Amino acid sequence: MSGVGIDAPGSTQLFIGNEAIARGALEAGIGVASAYPGTPSTEIMASLISVAKEMNFYAEWSVNEKVAMEVAAGASFAGIRAITSMKQNGVNVAFDFLANLVMSGIGAGLVLVSCDDPSTISSSNEQDLRNIAKWLDIPLLEPATFQEAKDMTKWAFDLAEELNTICMIRSVTRIAHARGNVRLGELPKKEQKAHFDSICPVVPTLPKFISYPSAWLHSQLHAKLDKARELFESSPFNWYTGPEEAELLIITGGSCWLYSLEAVKALKLENKVGILKLGTIWPLPRKLIELHLGKSQKILMVEEIDPFLEGSIKELVADLPPATPRPTFYGKHSGHINAYGELNPDLVIEVIASIMNLTYESRPAEYSKKAEEIPFTYMPPRIMTFCSGCPHRATFWAIKNALRLDGRDGFVTGDIGCYTLAIGPAGFFQMRTMYCMGAGAGVANGLGKLGQFGFNQPVLAVCGDSTFFHAAIPALINGIYNKSNFTLVILDNNATAMTGFQPHPGTGVTGMGEITTAVDMEALCHSLGVQVEVCDPFDLENSTATLLKAIAQDGGPRVVIMRRECELVRGRRDKKPPYKVHVDPDKCLGEACGCDRLCTRIFGCPGLVWDSESGKATIDETICTGCGVCTDICPQGAIIREAV
Amino acid sequence: MKTLAKDPLNLIIAGVGGQGNVMISLLIGKAFIKEGYFVTIGETYGASQRSGSVMSHLRISRENQYSPFIPNGRADIILGMEPVETLRILQQFGNSDVITIANSRLIHAAGMEYPSLDKIVAAIEGLSAKSWLINATDEAMKLGDPIFANMILIGALVGSGIFPIDKKSMELVLRESFPGEKFDTNMVAFNKGMELVAQ
Repeated sequence: MSGVGIDAPGSTQLFIGNEAIARGALEAGIGVASAYPGTPSTEIMASLISVAKEMNFYAEWSVNEKVAMEVAAGASFAGIRAITSMKQNGVNVAFDFLANLVMSGIGAGLVLVSCDDPSTISSSNEQDLRNIAKWLDIPLLEPATFQEAKDMTKWAFDLAEELNTICMIRSVTRIAHARGNVRLGELPKKEQKAHFDSICPVVPTLPKFISYPSAWLHSQLHAKLDKARELFESSPFNWYTGPEEAELLIITGGSCWLYSLEAVKALKLENKVGILKLGTIWPLPRKLIELHLGKSQKILMVEEIDPFLEGSIKELVADLPPATPRPTFYGKHSGHINAYGELNPDLVIEVIASIMNLTYESRPAEYSKKAEEIPFTYMPPRIMTFCSGCPHRATFWAIKNALRLDGRDGFVTGDIGCYTLAIGPAGFFQMRTMYCMGAGAGVANGLGKLGQFGFNQPVLAVCGDSTFFHAAIPALINGIYNKSNFTLVILDNNATAMTGFQPHPGTGVTGMGEITTAVDMEALCHSLGVQVEVCDPFDLENSTATLLKAIAQDGGPRVVIMRRECELVRGRRDKKPPYKVHVDPDKCLGEACGCDRLCTRIFGCPGLVWDSESGKATIDETICTGCGVCTDICPQGAIIREAV
Repeated sequence: MKTLAKDPLNLIIAGVGGQGNVMISLLIGKAFIKEGYFVTIGETYGASQRSGSVMSHLRISRENQYSPFIPNGRADIILGMEPVETLRILQQFGNSDVITIANSRLIHAAGMEYPSLDKIVAAIEGLSAKSWLINATDEAMKLGDPIFANMILIGALVGSGIFPIDKKSMELVLRESFPGEKFDTNMVAFNKGMELVAQ
């Protein structure tokens, strides 16, 4: 067994936070794991699924996060420990089920991992999911290190069973995708048996797994939280380091703990500043916090995104006896730390230095001056773009040309995936709306009904193949039912490419590698009574013509599937390019052409390079994947492709 | 037990998405784990396969786990896979003691004019206490695949002697990471890197 399943208790591995969480779930003896991929959560499931068969448990990529949550709950109801993991936006999708699940309680240990993405590094928005735990009245743990990510996950299953409620773990990008030391524990060896026993312990004639419309059940949830709070008072995931009387007390948790530690060390304040590190974030261990509040008259809350600890601890202080001295609070409310974006050691150093009236120099001023004098032109920015040979670049080229030929100011509504880059130069700025999964098709439904108000701009909704199954099907059905006028373009690259090429219901293979029925998206669309065309995006001429024809139609929705495998998947399998591509320097007219560097400046494939010395375009052979599409965009026919 | 000249030791690997940052940082990190150090690696994801600027922060300590962010101006060693990216990192994280090893083969930024390589190299040298510029990509192409540039750079890092990991420890990690023939070719690349900095 390799990876997260390695049976070497006591050994130290170099795991990313997501692998550490997966390992914790294995040490807890999970029987079922389910997830929909989403950065930064994906590797939790990816690493579990890679060992599932060998370790004799079940793991799946589910169609979306709500179903993933329900799959895990189903297992829990039948006495099997289960985990589900998702990114913060995924929890929004699963939320309806979660908000009802908490009313009934669970069977075997059930854990939800949410990976938040402060600073929206790979997300369409910024959310602090600690609030969701508070909203749902469920316990929430937040790891500060890779070791804790493993240990907390393992413990979360025991906790969930003891409290009879789902337990949530919040991780963030800098835990999920950072790597560090993890000392392994034992893997359980016992056999598991599933049995669904639904007898309610309170009223034996009633089924147990029901979200009864009952305020009394809600009160029971609060009782579970009180019990959790008692347990958290003595949790080993909370601790204090620093002097008994501190000039400043930092209260922090999660990724911010290491930043705080480093900041205190960098400013040499170990004897003056104390740090209370919390791992049990909701409900807060009230007595423990009260005990440490007395250590200083100045309290700084170091946390990412919302002032969650700050607000909760201020509430707690408001309930203290009137005679208790009130400390001065520093944090987001005071403006010392932003209530958005992620933190890092530099930002925490800056805040502590300002409160303690200190100056900090990261390096000699003379060096900084020299470094800052380097001209900006020496370091041209690299804008994110589609990979070399990506079918999406060709698709958006065809879309752009079709919309231009149509001439009615048509536009694209879109959503989440690699193709989201079409909001920028990678996709020629074609995508004009972008929200959550499936929202392009949903928004198109509304736009497509505005004819009575004089609206005649063509609407093209795009979604990926995985996104189609995840969230766009209901929007398409809505459009058919309500006769909304739009074209749905499915960018079918046969993988959930953005998160690492996971299979989905259309690929004919399960997450565990089993052959299964491939849900046929054309047949599905046909069965809904909608017209479907399939194009190869690399055939620019046919793609443009097909899109133009679809755009020109009126009435209910029509579907165009742009089908071409993700180039990264193809490249890894085939190991050789379909074409060898080069620029004929005699044919390329350079600046004299009048195309204004169409290939390197507009089409923008990373394999195409403007050679300023010769004043002509050229191909970087270490980057070109040989798709040959650029041959068809050069007005001089100077880009030559030869079949390999 | 070996100790570090400075604790934590901060190493940044700079490159362009798709070059192999994650692989390099993982291999180096594993070598330190084997010798009982705390290792933290911070990566740039998201842009990683999409031709953006990427960096890996490696933090090595005998004492404790560090965060995945090296503070500004606090890099000890910079391993650059591309010249402009090396300079970008030096500007933010460099200091008077920083040591740089960089691949001199450039990767164009889509739609942008690439500055003169001579000027970039001069700026890199000007901001480093010591630096090696090697054409790892061209050497890798001689071995049949530009991806071997990564192993050449690891070889250069170990060969430069600025690093408390020797050939033997690195070889152990490579043997675990690459099966059969792949190990042999990677060792050829590794040795090439060692040789390039020894000249």
